[in-house]
Amino acid sequence: MNISLSITETIQDWLITMMPEGVASILAMTLVALIYLAIFAVAGLYLVLLERKVAAWFQLRIGPNRVGYWGLFQTMADALKLVSKELTGTVKADKFLYNLAPYFVIISSLMALAVFPFTQEFQAFDINIGIFFLIAISSIGVIGILLGGWSSNNKFALIGAMRSGVQTISYELSVGLSLLTMIVITGTLQLSEIVEVQKHGWLILQGHVPAIIAFMVYMIAGTAETNRAPFDMVEAESELGAGFHTEYSGMKFAYFFLAEFINMFIIAAIATTVFFGAWLSPFGITESLPWLGIFWFLGKTLLLVFLMMWFRWTFPRLRVDQLLTLEWKYLLPINLVNIVIMAIIVWLNLTIKF
Amino acid sequence: METTAVKSNFKSEEYFINMGPQHPATHGVLRLLLTIDGEIIKKVEPDLGYIHRSIEKMCERDSYQQIVHLTDRMDYLSSHINNEAVCLTVENALQLEIPDRVQVIRTILSELTRIASHCLWWGVMGMDVGALTTYFYGFRDREMINDIFEETCGARLTMNYNIPGGLMFDIHPNFVKRTKEFITHFKTKLPEYDTLLTGNIIFQKRTKGVGILSKEDAISFGASGPVGRASGYSCDVRKHHPYSAYDRVTFNEALKTEGDTFARYQVRIQEMWESMAIIEQLIDNIPEGEHKVATNAVIKLPKGEFYQKVETARGELGVYIISTGTKNPYRVKFRSPGFSNLSLLNHIAVGGKIGDLVASMATLDLVIPDIDR
Amino acid sequence: MSYFSDIYNGIKTLLTGMSVTGKYFLTSRKGAITQQYPDNRDTLKMFERFRGEVVMPHDENNEHQCTGCQKCELACPNGSIEIIWDRGIDEATGKKKKFIDKHVYHLGLCTMCGLCIEACPTDAIVWAQNYENSTYDRTQLTKVLNRPGSKVKAGVED
Repeated sequence: MNISLSITETIQDWLITMMPEGVASILAMTLVALIYLAIFAVAGLYLVLLERKVAAWFQLRIGPNRVGYWGLFQTMADALKLVSKELTGTVKADKFLYNLAPYFVIISSLMALAVFPFTQEFQAFDINIGIFFLIAISSIGVIGILLGGWSSNNKFALIGAMRSGVQTISYELSVGLSLLTMIVITGTLQLSEIVEVQKHGWLILQGHVPAIIAFMVYMIAGTAETNRAPFDMVEAESELGAGFHTEYSGMKFAYFFLAEFINMFIIAAIATTVFFGAWLSPFGITESLPWLGIFWFLGKTLLLVFLMMWFRWTFPRLRVDQLLTLEWKYLLPINLVNIVIMAIIVWLNLTIKF
Repeated sequence: METTAVKSNFKSEEYFINMGPQHPATHGVLRLLLTIDGEIIKKVEPDLGYIHRSIEKMCERDSYQQIVHLTDRMDYLSSHINNEAVCLTVENALQLEIPDRVQVIRTILSELTRIASHCLWWGVMGMDVGALTTYFYGFRDREMINDIFEETCGARLTMNYNIPGGLMFDIHPNFVKRTKEFITHFKTKLPEYDTLLTGNIIFQKRTKGVGILSKEDAISFGASGPVGRASGYSCDVRKHHPYSAYDRVTFNEALKTEGDTFARYQVRIQEMWESMAIIEQLIDNIPEGEHKVATNAVIKLPKGEFYQKVETARGELGVYIISTGTKNPYRVKFRSPGFSNLSLLNHIAVGGKIGDLVASMATLDLVIPDIDR
Repeated sequence: MSYFSDIYNGIKTLLTGMSVTGKYFLTSRKGAITQQYPDNRDTLKMFERFRGEVVMPHDENNEHQCTGCQKCELACPNGSIEIIWDRGIDEATGKKKKFIDKHVYHLGLCTMCGLCIEACPTDAIVWAQNYENSTYDRTQLTKVLNRPGSKVKAGVED
């Protein structure tokens, strides 16, 4: 297999043969963006379907099984329905911000997808501050939620938005710090190099005890970042009805909904990249076939996504003050201590390498 | 977990929010007028009347046999117990001798109703605190009881199986077998409720120390049923004023003294075990005999006032009938447990968060048609 | 140290909770408790006492057992039953006798309490076990239970 999988370069090279360089690179970027957009819009829809199926299996039900074989087109039909729905809004809503909010959420979650190394060289944007970029991008989404909740002139939405602000600001710390713990081992923020480091064993093995703690903290904080149960204070349907998106309908609601699932995928993908060796196969069994990496990557990611779904369908929701207690009194101190332990381990060269 | 009020110079403003009549946590058309400061609840004002059907007035129009089916629609989750209450009142007024068989069957069905109601409550309780899966596990077990009812009474929810003087028809031949099957099934499933939800750290944090109701307050607000018993107020009508076959079975009254949301939860779980124990004592020796005693086609109660109380799944239901000796009652009054249990909501919810309000309201186990009638 | 034991116990209870749902997830293939309702119409059998709607059985000679005594009409709490009756000559005895012209049953008003069936002295009306009673037009909910041209079975007296 000698196909270069670096898609940006491949497309660019192909375009340069036909047109001047400047136009070619702009076209190439647009093309890649469109490819990603199309792939992940569909992937998001199938994540919704997966969630519904998994929920059904947890709950002794069958799940969607009417549209298409085994219900495979159910979410497509739902999306079509949402597209065709009327976009309603409240009279006194701040129209500009109200319409802007969903785009904030969906764009920020799609932007984060650019940096993931799905397999060797299959990466749209290999920025040298990859992890930093991810953390930064993932906190933009909350602005959309805050805007949406505030501008829709609904008190339930406002409470949801304010909760979301509190929650995201707190849990970003833990997400950042737990990833930082792993950066201590890798010594680089660039995602492709983080993967390179893991050729000597996945980071969760290399860093053993502190890495496992960091992973647990990351999963908890990551679930909270995506506003999913048991941290779904933002929606909390038994308390706030639908929370921040109470007043949204049609496609604008769908953007929020899709963003939640893409965010879940992103959180799992970061964990896969940082803790579980991204596209690397266990023991390098498929090293000669780099294109198989994409299956390893997606497999690991989906496993983590399933874990988050398992959380969601098992646990009750925390109260808003307990949410903050968990972060500031438990996760943050543990995390800080964990970084020190990790630093000592790296300093004394106690990491496990194959 | 205690929540300490943070004193600061930060100026905050109270605002008003409408919870309901269409809100997932109010379980029906209850409207709560909340005054909140941020997340903290300052005042809860229930607003009723969205599902008022004037059942008491309709009772004045109907004959005594016809009243029974209206009570199905009050507390629809313990409809059999409601029917029993009216029938007992009429039977006591007529001084009818009710056969043992009828009494035992009524008791078994009442306890099955109680388990079914608590199963649904458990599912909804889990859903209110955010664990959505409990709903389906609760319904799975409730569905078996509904099948028993459907086979014997012909309906799953509003069965109208009691008539003044006994039962409309005899139990189905499969009744005993199915009930035993259910008991064996539920004995394996009820511990699962505990592992899934009761022991869960998040659930305990959400419920322990939340919505505390002291014994004095429970008595003064007229709390009854599991709500009263969780505060240490021994108020089980089955124990203190036994009716039907409750005087011939041994069971423990589930009592807790903490009075918080978790205690109310535990009392209900405990009650399911006790109900199963009662059914087990009775199911094997249902006496032979008639399933009803003959009454006149037109029942006329003697002149006077009659009162009977029973223990529904939600608490004490009282039926008060004033008769002037005609075929219709002069006045019927139902003392419904939900109404007085709702009245204490403001008392236990003030000072808590919105999440606390939802959790406490879930353990009050409100059925809105029972409150509005 | 209660700080760490709290964390340990917390995680332990969370994992026990997850084991319960996980167990159901693994056995989900055979564990579904829901029915695929419109698909299983052919196999769906209601219990014999199920109260679907009130019907009046007719035998092969188009004869029913309703004498028109109106006890069901009196017993009904909601006025779901209206009996339109007349007097005629009994062919066997030659005496004057009450017979029904129409036994009108308003399914839309019925609460399925079963008092009419209890009250019926001749078992002329019974419960049917059909469960799909919704229609597009509410006038279809008003039913005439006796068939056209039917008459009382000979010898049925209340």
